[in-house]
Amino acid sequence: MDFILQPWPWYIGGPLIAISLLLYFYFGKNFGASTNFETLCTMVGAGKVSDYFKKDWKERDFALLFVIGLIIGGFIAAIYLIPNQAIDLNPKTVQELADLGFSNGGNQYFPNEIFGVEAFSSIKGFLILLVSGVLIGFGTRYAGGCTSGHAITGLSSLQLPSLLAVIGFFIGGIIATWYLIPLLF
Amino acid sequence: MKNSRFLILGIFFAIVLSKTQAISWYRFYEMFTFQSFHMFGVIGSAVVISMVFMQLFKSGKIKDINGNKIVPKPKKKGIISTLLGGTLFGLGWGISGACAAPIFIILGFELIPALILLVGALLGAFIYGLCSKKLPN
Repeated sequence: MDFILQPWPWYIGGPLIAISLLLYFYFGKNFGASTNFETLCTMVGAGKVSDYFKKDWKERDFALLFVIGLIIGGFIAAIYLIPNQAIDLNPKTVQELADLGFSNGGNQYFPNEIFGVEAFSSIKGFLILLVSGVLIGFGTRYAGGCTSGHAITGLSSLQLPSLLAVIGFFIGGIIATWYLIPLLF
Repeated sequence: MKNSRFLILGIFFAIVLSKTQAISWYRFYEMFTFQSFHMFGVIGSAVVISMVFMQLFKSGKIKDINGNKIVPKPKKKGIISTLLGGTLFGLGWGISGACAAPIFIILGFELIPALILLVGALLGAFIYGLCSKKLPN
């Protein structure tokens, strides 16, 4: 039980992610997450506006169940499995974040400066989250996948488009953390 | 219902990502600033072990539950779409610390911010659907 409540190291998490991929394929489907954004658009009626969304979402019922599982699993983890959200950050990272105005770096999973009530109830904070979401939804669909579909499934099956996509992920991520975050905070 | 196995797998995957801190904003910040090995270890070991599984799929040593050969879907090709789309996703990921699956998982941790991210992501996918034919590939 003690092990369950401790943070899991990378050499436990990585293999368990690979096992999740194995099971997903074993159950007969292609592992990925971001196609669900399109499926959810179809479910809320986007097909009335654009033919792109005129699809039968029931064919993706398995993926929607996976998403419901993700939500349930998130609640289970948050409520029961993580008594202490502290993250063992590099002291350099904590100092760097403090200089940017992020206090208490790593004492919980999500910084108050982005996820706290004061942040998301301000116009700026709300827009930071909303626009990030738009970039995630648009970018993953344009690229044809996310971390699961491209970085894990695509790279491991040696697909060139996935290598390009992952290079893109890092270009964007580096621009965001090195230049945009200091600009925004 | 036979698809309920995906529900269980979703719960499992969410717990794995949560426990290994692969949904934490800080973990991705330190990954993109190259100040920690943790996320490289998580993603790297997942990819390497998955490569072994892919070989076992290819050679037919592991078949799916119905006895069919497992063939991962080929990814759509296109240099601009993968690089530019990937970069745009990376921008959103770098700022918010969330990629696709974690958005759903974070609902359990930070409900309202995750809902804002989710509405944004649906809006983004919708905009992509509207202009997908006009975008360079």
